[in-house]
Amino acid sequence: MKRKIFGYVFAFMAMLLWASLSDRVSFAADESKEGVPAAEAPKAEAPSAVPAAPAAAAPAPKLPPYFTATSPDPKTPAPWPDPTGSASGVWATPAGDGKGDVPDKLSMQDLYDRMAHNLYSINYVWALVAGFLVMFMQAGFMLVETGLCRAKNASHTAAMNLMIYPLGCLAFWVYGFAIGWGNWWNGPVAPGWYPSLGPGLSVLNEGWGWGAAVDAAGKATGAFTYGLIGLKGWFLTGAVGDTAVLVLFFFMMVFMDTTATIPTGAMAERWAWKNYCLFGLWIALPYCLYGNWVWGGGWLAQGGINWGLGHGAVDFAGSGVVHSMGGVIALAGAMVLGPRIGKFNAQGRPNAMPGHDVPMVALGTFILAFGWFGFNPGSTLAGTDLRISYVVVNTMLAGIVGALAAMVTLMMKGLKPDTTMMCNGMLAGLVAITAPCAFVDPWAAAVIGLVAGWLVVVSVFFWEARGIDDPVGAISVHGVNGLWGVISVGIFATGQYGAGWNGVVRDGMVKLYGSDGVRGLLYGDFSQFIMQVIDAGTVAVFGFVMAFVWFKVSDLITPIRVSKEIEIEGLDGPEMGVLGYPDFQLHPSASGASAAIDVASAAASAPLGVQVRKVVTD
Amino acid sequence: MKMVEAIVKPFKLDEVKEALTKAGVQGMTVEEVKGFGRQKGHTELYRGAEYSVDFLPKVKIQILVPDDKAAKLVEVITDSAKTGKIGDGKIFVTPVEEVIRIRTGEKGEDAI
Repeated sequence: MKRKIFGYVFAFMAMLLWASLSDRVSFAADESKEGVPAAEAPKAEAPSAVPAAPAAAAPAPKLPPYFTATSPDPKTPAPWPDPTGSASGVWATPAGDGKGDVPDKLSMQDLYDRMAHNLYSINYVWALVAGFLVMFMQAGFMLVETGLCRAKNASHTAAMNLMIYPLGCLAFWVYGFAIGWGNWWNGPVAPGWYPSLGPGLSVLNEGWGWGAAVDAAGKATGAFTYGLIGLKGWFLTGAVGDTAVLVLFFFMMVFMDTTATIPTGAMAERWAWKNYCLFGLWIALPYCLYGNWVWGGGWLAQGGINWGLGHGAVDFAGSGVVHSMGGVIALAGAMVLGPRIGKFNAQGRPNAMPGHDVPMVALGTFILAFGWFGFNPGSTLAGTDLRISYVVVNTMLAGIVGALAAMVTLMMKGLKPDTTMMCNGMLAGLVAITAPCAFVDPWAAAVIGLVAGWLVVVSVFFWEARGIDDPVGAISVHGVNGLWGVISVGIFATGQYGAGWNGVVRDGMVKLYGSDGVRGLLYGDFSQFIMQVIDAGTVAVFGFVMAFVWFKVSDLITPIRVSKEIEIEGLDGPEMGVLGYPDFQLHPSASGASAAIDVASAAASAPLGVQVRKVVTD
Repeated sequence: MKMVEAIVKPFKLDEVKEALTKAGVQGMTVEEVKGFGRQKGHTELYRGAEYSVDFLPKVKIQILVPDDKAAKLVEVITDSAKTGKIGDGKIFVTPVEEVIRIRTGEKGEDAI
C-alpha cells in the first residue's frame, strides 16, 4: 500500500533532520557524537532515492525504539500497542517553571526524540483531517443521489445515504477492519521502511493465506506468500489499542463508507429498506477482503514479489479498492433489482426520469470534489510526504478536465450540456485519478480526466441501452472509471515516485533509472500494466460475483424490491414514514393508482410527478 | 357577476396583473397550473434520453367582475397576455350566482 513510499520519505526526512541537527549541534558541542557518520550517509546517498537502505548499512546507527516493532532490549517488552502515544518519541514542552525542557540540557538524542514525536504528530493530523474530509463526502453523495431522484423518493434516498454511515461503520468496527488490515504489518515492504504513523501498527500481525513464511529458526513470521485475509482487530479490542492503529482504522473506515454509499445511488427509488439494512452490514465483507489483497499486504499487493509484475497491484487512494468495488456492486444490485417502473418502454427504449433537484446535485458534486482533497492526498498517511502537492494538483486537473470532457462529448453528440452529466463527468475524472494520483505527471492527470469524462457519457448510454437502470450514473462514474483509473497507473506512472513500493526493488530498474519507482508502460515497465489489468479484472469479477450472490440470497431473507404500489406512490411515505417534501402537493402518476400498470403511460406521466404549488397573490 | 378565468404564460403574469390593476380590478387569485392545448406539449432530453413534457406550466388568474365590466377586462387581459405565439392561453367567462364577503357578510356586487 501507500506505506512503503511514505515510509521512505519519512525515514529520509528523519535522516535529513538528524543530519542537519547533527551538523548544527556539533559546532556547539564536542564532535564525538555518533550522529556524525549517520549524518553523512543520507547526504551521500540522497540522489539514489533509496535513503533507508544505505542508512541501514552505515556503521551501527542505532535506531530509537519508536522506529522498531520489537524492543531493542530483549528484557523489556516492546511498547506496542501504545494507547496514549507516549512511546512515539517524546512529547515535551519548554518549561518556564523548570519542570519541562531546558534547551541547554538537551542531548542530541533528546532533541531527536522530540522531533520524531512531531513528525508522527504531523502525520496523524494530516491523516485525520483528510479523513474528516472523506467523511464529509457522505454529504456530497447524499445530495447527488437525492437530487437525481424524483421528489417522491427524496426522503428514502437521503435516508439510505445517511444510514449507510452508521451501518457500514458498525460492520467495519466489528469485523471489517480485522479482515482487511489485521495482518497489515506483515505485508510486503521495502528494506528500511518505517511506518509514517509509527510502529504501533506492528500489532496488526495476524492473518491467513497460502504459504506461511518462516524465519531462520523455523518459526512462522506471520507473513504469507499469498496473503488472503487479516485476523486481528475485531471490535478494536485491547490487543490493537494503539493510537496509530486507531488513525488507520478511522481513515480506512471513512473510505469504506464511500464504497458503501455508491450502490445506494444505482439502486435508488425501488430498494426495500430492510434489505438495504442487511446490505449495510454486509458491505464490509467484500470491501475489506479485496482491500486486504491490495492495501492490507495481500496477494495482489504481492504480485510484484511473487510474479515479477511491476510493483504488484498499485492503487494509491482506491480507484479499484473503493470506487470500482462500489461500482460493480452497484451494477449487480441494479441488475438484480431491475429497472424502475416506467424506465423502459414496451420497445425497451429508455425513458428519462428527471431528477427533482439539479442544484442539489451540483452542490453535492462540489462537496465531493472538495472531499477528494482529503481522499487522495490523505492517502499518503503522511503530511511529511511532500508528494502531496502532486497528488492535489493531479486530483484537481483530472476533475476539471473530466467535467469539460463530458460537456464536449455531449455537445459533439448534438446534445445540450446536461448539468447532471457534467457533474458525473467531474466525479468520473476524480474517480479515475484516484489510483494514479501520486504516480503521474499533471499532463497525464489531464489525459486521464479527459478519457474519464468521455467514458462516463458513453458508459451511461451503454448501460441504459442494455436495460440497466442506474438513476444517478454510479456504475459509470465509479465502476467503469474506477477500472480505468486502476489501468491508467500501468500506462502513465512515471517511475519518479513509489520506489520500493510493495517491497519490489529490482536491480535492473535501479541500474537503468536510478531507482525503482512505480512505472507504467509509457515509461518502460510493461509488467506493471499487466498487473494493473489483473487487479482491475479481479475487482470486477470478485466484486460482481460476491454482490450478485449476496443480493440474490438476501432477497430470500427479506425482499429486495418494494411492491409496485409503493414504488408508484413513492417510497417516502410507505418506507420511511416521512415525506421528503410534505409541504408540497405531490401528484403521483395518474395511472399509478390503478392495479394494472401500463408501463408506457406510467413513464409518460413521470414528469408529472412534480410539485404544484398554490400561490395566492393579493 | 362574471368569473373571468385566464390561463396565460407564466412570464406574462406580472404584465397582466399590472394591466388589470390599472383597469380598476381590486383583487385576484392566481394559481400555478399545467396543461396543454392544440400545441400538445413538447419533448426534452435528460441524460441523453428523450422525454415528453405533455403538460406545460401555465398560470391561471381568476377575477370576479360586475357584468358590465367583463368585456372590457377580457380585452385588457387579451392585450397584456398576448405574444402572438402558440401557447398564449385561453380566457373563460362564466356567470356567477352569488358572492359573499366572509368578514362582513355582504352579498352580490358589494362583495366583489
